[in-house]
Amino acid sequence: MNWFFFSSPPTFYRLAGWMAPMFFISAAVLTAAGLYTGFVVAPTDAQQGEVYRIIFIHVPAAWMSMFLYFVMACYGAASLTFNTRLSAMMARAIAPTGALFTVLALWSGAFWGRPTWGTYWAWDARMTSELVLLFLYVGFIALANAFEDPRRGDRASALLAIIGLVNLPIIYFSVKWWNTLHQGSSVSFKGTSMHTAMLWGMLLMALACWAYAIGAALVRVRSIILVREARARWVREIAA
Amino acid sequence: MSPAAHTAPQEASMPLTAGSTAAGFAWAITRDLTLALRHPGETLLVVAFFVLVASLFPLGVGADPQLLTRIGPGVIWVCALLAAFLSLPALFATDYADGTLEQMALSPHPMVSWVGGKVAAHWLVSGLPLTVLSPLLGLQYGLQADTLGTLALALALGTPVLSLLGAACTALALGARGGGMLLAILALPLFVPVLIFGAGAAEAQAAGLSASPHLSLLAAGLIVAAMALPFAVCTALRIALD
Repeated sequence: MNWFFFSSPPTFYRLAGWMAPMFFISAAVLTAAGLYTGFVVAPTDAQQGEVYRIIFIHVPAAWMSMFLYFVMACYGAASLTFNTRLSAMMARAIAPTGALFTVLALWSGAFWGRPTWGTYWAWDARMTSELVLLFLYVGFIALANAFEDPRRGDRASALLAIIGLVNLPIIYFSVKWWNTLHQGSSVSFKGTSMHTAMLWGMLLMALACWAYAIGAALVRVRSIILVREARARWVREIAA
Repeated sequence: MSPAAHTAPQEASMPLTAGSTAAGFAWAITRDLTLALRHPGETLLVVAFFVLVASLFPLGVGADPQLLTRIGPGVIWVCALLAAFLSLPALFATDYADGTLEQMALSPHPMVSWVGGKVAAHWLVSGLPLTVLSPLLGLQYGLQADTLGTLALALALGTPVLSLLGAACTALALGARGGGMLLAILALPLFVPVLIFGAGAAEAQAAGLSASPHLSLLAAGLIVAAMALPFAVCTALRIALD
């Protein structure tokens, strides 16, 4: 079996074109199911009332912001070790989606914080480290586009993503290490402190965010492939 | 700075045969320190910047002694962070521009040895003077004697981490468009943990709590940074010189 079969840009361009609509359709179905469960099935929270329903976008967005950074750094590491062009293009394609989910997590968190804590923003450990994550995404995108030679940008930004990985455990464990304003997590691998319908709504929304993120990254990587391979014959045949 | 003045005489005496880690480190640190001594004006600019910015804050926020005592450690840390950041271009950019960096990469010494030497020289020129001066600035802010000691100790542990992280970022940004602003976006977010624990140490001391958890975390960060980051800097320089 050839492990690098799909790392060839023309092959992956076709595969991505076939997969992206599938992921967008699943994202739409999962969002509908998740929102129905979240707004209709799930009961009102005993402590927070209706406002807790922000959780159905806040928690999936926060998960995705961290996980996409990890995936991006893994693609960066792959591009540095195997010198595969496609891995670097994938890392570039994931970065804007990751930044989008980071903004969503911060924004929905601010709207959640106002009614429950009485403030949009606090310099709490988890919020600060999530904000630093946003700056890391911005730095990655800026560095990747700062060079005349795109390969140079690929490799420099890949190394930056790997150095920035240090921030991920800090965000994840911040609610345990510093007992500040942000509440601890309600879901863990050992079990949950939530109502079943609430948990299902959140998991469905998380899967929807996954499907959307993969679909968006695939669409974006297709454009990056076309720009990078503009001189290849197969691209000129598509364009013609 | 003219190219002739930038070439220190030590380069001629660099042994061309066997490379060794110790020799490479010693060569790089001597060269960069010699260059810094030949241009005392540039070196003192970092210190002058640090003192000037720290003196601007009382004028801006008002000279209330209680307020100044409260914000003193944080302000001094932010000033140290900016001073370390602004002196970063001197680390690799001038050597990259005139081709010296490529010659160093061709030297028989392991790359990590002379990279370590250059980073150590950067700290001796930027971080160490700030650490030594910090008690004086702390007095401007009316900090107590024990807080002054903690602040200096935290700076002594934290500023080498800033030099190491900054070296990695400036090596990544060599030859990039957008120079200083790009470097700020890369380096300053990575400096945040050092700032939090560094300023936290002095604040805990001022509040009558123990500063040792913060200092221990800073020391742990320094050990990890000193072990891992020189290799990251080398990878970044290889990407830049490729």
